[in-house]
Amino acid sequence: MKIDPIHQFNIEPLFTIGHIGNHTIAFTNSSLYMLVAVAIISFLMLASGTQLVPGRLQSVAEISYEFIASTIRSTAGSEGMKFFPLIFSLFMFLCVSNLVGIIPYTFTISSHLIVTAALALLVFFTVLIYGVAKNGLKFFSIFVPHGVPGYILPLVMFIEILSFFLRPVSHSVRLFANMLAGHIALKVFAGFVAMLGFSLGALGWVGGVLPLALTIALYALEILVAFLQAYVFAILTCIYLNDAIHPGH
Amino acid sequence: MAESHGGAKSPAAGAHTETEGGHGGGFPPFESSTFASQLVSLAIFFVVLYVIVSKLALPKVGGAIEARQNKIEGDLAEAQTLKDQSDAALKAYEGELASARSRAQAIGNESRDKANAQAEAERKALEEQLAAKLAEAEKTIASTRATAMSNVRGIAADAAGTIVQQLTGVVPDAASVNAAVDASLKG
Repeated sequence: MKIDPIHQFNIEPLFTIGHIGNHTIAFTNSSLYMLVAVAIISFLMLASGTQLVPGRLQSVAEISYEFIASTIRSTAGSEGMKFFPLIFSLFMFLCVSNLVGIIPYTFTISSHLIVTAALALLVFFTVLIYGVAKNGLKFFSIFVPHGVPGYILPLVMFIEILSFFLRPVSHSVRLFANMLAGHIALKVFAGFVAMLGFSLGALGWVGGVLPLALTIALYALEILVAFLQAYVFAILTCIYLNDAIHPGH
Repeated sequence: MAESHGGAKSPAAGAHTETEGGHGGGFPPFESSTFASQLVSLAIFFVVLYVIVSKLALPKVGGAIEARQNKIEGDLAEAQTLKDQSDAALKAYEGELASARSRAQAIGNESRDKANAQAEAERKALEEQLAAKLAEAEKTIASTRATAMSNVRGIAADAAGTIVQQLTGVVPDAASVNAAVDASLKG
């Protein structure tokens, strides 16, 4: 049995939607899982009741709401609540799709750099456009930190500007690399169990206990990572938006 | 590369099995032929999600949370007003009790004073009555005594006249007898 840890990331077109220029636009397995994520979030948020004493589903919906709301308030202030729908959508989309992707034989949307890059660029341009629209040229004061001696200011400004424009890169690659590496590691360790068993017989099955234990431990870790990376993506979005809202810092 | 997406991929997808190696030899996340499809689906689904979240989900859930908050605050305020009311009622009750107690005391004092005054008046009236009776009795006694004394004088005069007549055989004149009797009575 051959381990193919990359196979799980394949994009399979299910049917073709249309063409844009030379590009064929297909409804792929990735699209399907995006649909699944949107459906799960919609169900969670809309099917739950609005009772005074919430049930389980309503509790989950309200905990998600208040979790994101308090994250925004603590990082970007109450003005950041303007972006509540955006950050809530980002967090829920990534969290749900990552958690769905951790189920064996499913596909993980955010294991593709193009998706995470698109979301990171969405955040980047939101910050840039909102920051300039709200603060005008004052927005660019984020590149000039306070209390820096004049002679190293050009260097600091250069670093600040570079880091600002590298934000979408780190923002997207962090999520993408975490999901990709986690899934590859899981597949490799899980593959060892089967490989040992099929190649070495009874001894192999006994020996397979070790990679199996590792797989279970990794799986638990990956569940944490799935949530955590969605949270990191959301909180970084909040921090970047905070720059656009309060550029004086 | 991009235009071959639909044509080249579909047979590969059909022939895909667990044992197949790389997908067209590339690393799937870097296969640029799939980027357009992913971007379009992401745009569609993320916009749909954003619209659902901002127009339906967040107002609904936020409304439920706010309604609960308002309900709790309303209930607390209501509990506070009820507590204030019961405190006021308790205070009113205590005030009423205190005033009733003082009124009862006043009524008691008043009735005692009245009874005392009445008893005093009755006693005075009785005393006056008794004094009047006593005075009357004394007057009666005095008049009786005077009568008796005048009788005694008459008897004594008669007796003295008779004694003198018996002893001397002379009837004394009444005036001298009376004078003698008066003198002895006084003595």
